[in-house]
Amino acid sequence: MKREIISLQEVTFTYTEEDPSIRPAIQNVSYTINEGEWVAIVGHNGSGKSTLARLMNGLLFPQTGTVQIFGEPLNEHNLWDTRSKMGMVFQNPDNQFVGATVQDDVAFALENNGIPFEEMVERVQASLVKVKMSDFMNSEPHHLSGGQKQRVAIAGAIALQPRILLLDEATSMLDPQGRDEVLQTVRQLRVETDLTVISITHDLEEALLADRVVVMNRGEKYAEGTPKEIFERGQELIDLGLDLPFAMNMSRLLRAQGVPIVADHMSEEELVNDLWTSHFNK
Amino acid sequence: MLEKMIFGRYIPGDSFIHRLDARAKLIFVFLFIMVVFIANNWITYGILLLFTLLIIRLSKIRLYFLINGLKPVVFLIIFTFLLHLFFTREGPIIFDWKFITIYEEGLKQGIFISIRFTVLVVLTSILTLTTTPISITDALEILLNPLKKWRLPVHELALMMSISLRFIPTLMDETDKIMKAQMARGSDMTTGSMKERMNAIVPLLIPLFVSAFKRAEDLATAMEVRGYKGGEGRTRYRKLEWATRDTLIILCLVVLAAILVYFRQ
Repeated sequence: MKREIISLQEVTFTYTEEDPSIRPAIQNVSYTINEGEWVAIVGHNGSGKSTLARLMNGLLFPQTGTVQIFGEPLNEHNLWDTRSKMGMVFQNPDNQFVGATVQDDVAFALENNGIPFEEMVERVQASLVKVKMSDFMNSEPHHLSGGQKQRVAIAGAIALQPRILLLDEATSMLDPQGRDEVLQTVRQLRVETDLTVISITHDLEEALLADRVVVMNRGEKYAEGTPKEIFERGQELIDLGLDLPFAMNMSRLLRAQGVPIVADHMSEEELVNDLWTSHFNK
Repeated sequence: MLEKMIFGRYIPGDSFIHRLDARAKLIFVFLFIMVVFIANNWITYGILLLFTLLIIRLSKIRLYFLINGLKPVVFLIIFTFLLHLFFTREGPIIFDWKFITIYEEGLKQGIFISIRFTVLVVLTSILTLTTTPISITDALEILLNPLKKWRLPVHELALMMSISLRFIPTLMDETDKIMKAQMARGSDMTTGSMKERMNAIVPLLIPLFVSAFKRAEDLATAMEVRGYKGGEGRTRYRKLEWATRDTLIILCLVVLAAILVYFRQ
């Protein structure tokens, strides 16, 4: 049984405390995330998913309900300690690059936490190797692609050896290739360490990689389950303003055209296999 | 757009000057500015010129870059030269035509001032051309550290400087993008009277400001999340190392100053 690492209990948060007529950004949301899990939080724009990210690392505090991290309620005393155990990557690759070069940027969080010089050099090296950016140690940010910058951001986050990696729409501004690079890196990291990954995204392809998916809608938790369970809801998700993954969409459309295939397909491979065997005499 | 900027432009290299500690180079330039004022006759200015040529040789910077660096100040140099030429009224007259009278002393002073300017600009350009902006900020932070006693926020200033430097290319790209977007919408920035062109700048600046503020906010959040809480208890990733050659270059300057004092009038 895995330990729970983050848990939210009946959390409500509003940006406009003085005006109760405006719908709170987060209403009565509860969920728990276990150590080593990959959880995707999906939702349409304005569903409150980015607010959730900010609640989880103490950039915001809820008006009611509690946020527990590592079994302790998050408050102003353990805030910095918590942040040092939680790496976070944001949406815009340019706006989170602090250092003048790749290695300076990776070292930034280490400098903030007072890591001694010798150890810092080792950790910067090791983190860059992990995200396959060690050839770019001295590159300046404007010479890197979006995907490369996001990988550097991941390196900066993991250099502190955090237990949680929080990706807040980290792939949404990237081209498909950059997105694949970043997701591949995260997958690889999960194989090497027992990092807990929380990815906040509106990209359902990314959600497919997760162990568990939490669907947010208008500030409330709409559904929770494995990607398979969630995507079986099909039309419901489309009504929430979310897209289905390509393979599922394709398979739905094919079935609507009367192609004799059985079920929703989670991956392109499944769909292709089903298609080319569909006329076999089974 | 970026290519035209010489300020803060670093030319990678491995010369003697490149390898000097950034602190040594900063102190050197600072002292050199004072030493330049010792010179007051042909011999001393000649020595200054020779010394500068030696430094250029040592830095192995292509002359092209230095001439580029001089371009923005050429006008200033010519202007001060002419000012001295026409308004100094000492020594024998060497040229007299209608209302223009040029005295020998005027010509001499004009040349001296020009040399002084050129030498200063060349040496400061060499500083920025051979030192990465990040080491300059680091060096400044360390050198200004004693001022913390008087509550000068040295660390914050240095960080601000390095972040500004880091965002110059980003904002340049952004300006370029906004410019093209506005041009696509029919804004004309290259023709028209001065006033019209100034007006055309407004729709360029406002989106740039808005996005710069947005960026600043994002960056502040990202820094906070990564544990930034001011200069206290921070370690440094960049190490500056003071070597013998750094002491040597400062000593060279002291010797130069002594020679200049000896030969001055």
